[in-house]
Amino acid sequence: MDEALLRSLAPSVLAILVRRGADFAAAEDAVQDALVEAVRAWPADPPRDAKAWLVTVAWRRFLDATRSESARRRREETVDHEPEPGPTPDVDDTMQLYFLCAHPALTPSSAVALTLRAVGGLTTRQIAEAYLVPEATMTQRISRAKRTVAEVRLDQPGDVATVLRVLYLVFNEGYSGDVDLAAEAVRITRQVAAAIDHPEASGLLALMLLHHARCPARTAADGSLVPLAEQDRGRWDTESIAEGVEILQTALARDRLGEFQAQAAIAALHADAQRADETDWVQIVEWYDELVRLTGSPVVRLNRAVAVGESDGPRAGLAALAEVDPSLPRHAAVAAYLHERDGDPVRAAGLYAEAAQRATNLAERDHLMRQAARLNAR
Amino acid sequence: MAKYLMLKHYRGAPAAVNNVMMDQWTQDEISAHIQYMNDFADRLKEAGEFVDAQALAPEGTWVQYGGEGRPPVTDGPFAETKDLIAGWMVIDVDSYDRALELAGELSAAPGAGGRPIHEWLELRPFMGEAHTITE
Repeated sequence: MDEALLRSLAPSVLAILVRRGADFAAAEDAVQDALVEAVRAWPADPPRDAKAWLVTVAWRRFLDATRSESARRRREETVDHEPEPGPTPDVDDTMQLYFLCAHPALTPSSAVALTLRAVGGLTTRQIAEAYLVPEATMTQRISRAKRTVAEVRLDQPGDVATVLRVLYLVFNEGYSGDVDLAAEAVRITRQVAAAIDHPEASGLLALMLLHHARCPARTAADGSLVPLAEQDRGRWDTESIAEGVEILQTALARDRLGEFQAQAAIAALHADAQRADETDWVQIVEWYDELVRLTGSPVVRLNRAVAVGESDGPRAGLAALAEVDPSLPRHAAVAAYLHERDGDPVRAAGLYAEAAQRATNLAERDHLMRQAARLNAR
Repeated sequence: MAKYLMLKHYRGAPAAVNNVMMDQWTQDEISAHIQYMNDFADRLKEAGEFVDAQALAPEGTWVQYGGEGRPPVTDGPFAETKDLIAGWMVIDVDSYDRALELAGELSAAPGAGGRPIHEWLELRPFMGEAHTITE
């Protein structure tokens, strides 16, 4: 059974229930039940129309839950007015659900959890496993999130930027468990980009596709990180790159630049280079200048210093780095890299060791420690 | 979205403000302390921030590789070892500030006289996953 297809139906099924008058929280529970039931029943007895099946089962679950909740009068009204299964709601209905799941009143982790469940179609258990917390904790996080957004009216337009930020988080900060969160983020972003006409939605989708394309080359057989310059570019997914570049070009042509398009443009320039030394660093620096203008982010300034080091030489890179907040976690790592390029391996080795101490994840720490060891062995 | 360890020490932490050993408390004070800890864990669960809580027995054994074909070497317990871990809680929160806030709350558990212990807790971040997008 194609579980990705099943999950992709979640938002439109949910939108139908909400449009029939079910409140969001109860409808969301009912859709979740229907998805779980589908996983159980479909392998033996596949439905002819998957979506219609889900709507029927979810609606029945919703009615059962409403009944058992002593809301008798309300149930009777609902049953009396039960509409016929209507046509697919227009995309705006579904888009409102994405806005709701990423509502600014939610904390980032709640928005991520609610998005993955309500519009991502993942089960609570899968989300809990993906983020390495107990299932009971994730259940609470999701029901709290639903209570937080319970009073939000669904007829007000949301801000697409909040939705995109949540999806970026899912893509960028996922653990590598059974569920491939990066792949799920790509799938959901694809749905959002199809549902709403917005160049930044396309920009984010392009950015994800371009980075996801590098996945097979990002880690060595022993699980260690392979830096971009050393990756076997023959292992990059060319189909994913081609799709990302095309989506990006269409978005850029609309002349409404945003940070995701600019980030995607940088990833596309890397993808363009057959070998690391063919990279067009001058253009990459220009895109970083755009990004600094768009976001003012210190992390962007840090990455810009690396790019300046490649385009104008390590001294220029170090000069750019001098303008960057030294308390950033990867500051010492960038300094180490630039000092090594500048012919100062002793200083670089010390900085790599310092950077390893300050790393916030194991893969990066191990990589930095190996760099220090490599230079110390000279 | 980051995990933190809140580490509780039997020994080795700086002295608490209300630094009276538990065997000197009244039974009601002990009950109140335990109730506070349970309520705290329940609140974390309800907030969707709970990951794990464990207490450790104080007695431990030191174990070392004994060489090819030999059993492991054991030793201890060493009474003089200055640090002794009592247990921990693991939380999954949105920010460092939230982790600080929770650790402060846990340190306010009541001790002798029903007053907060002001125990020193050690807050340590977990290593996360490498980000996909780093450039």
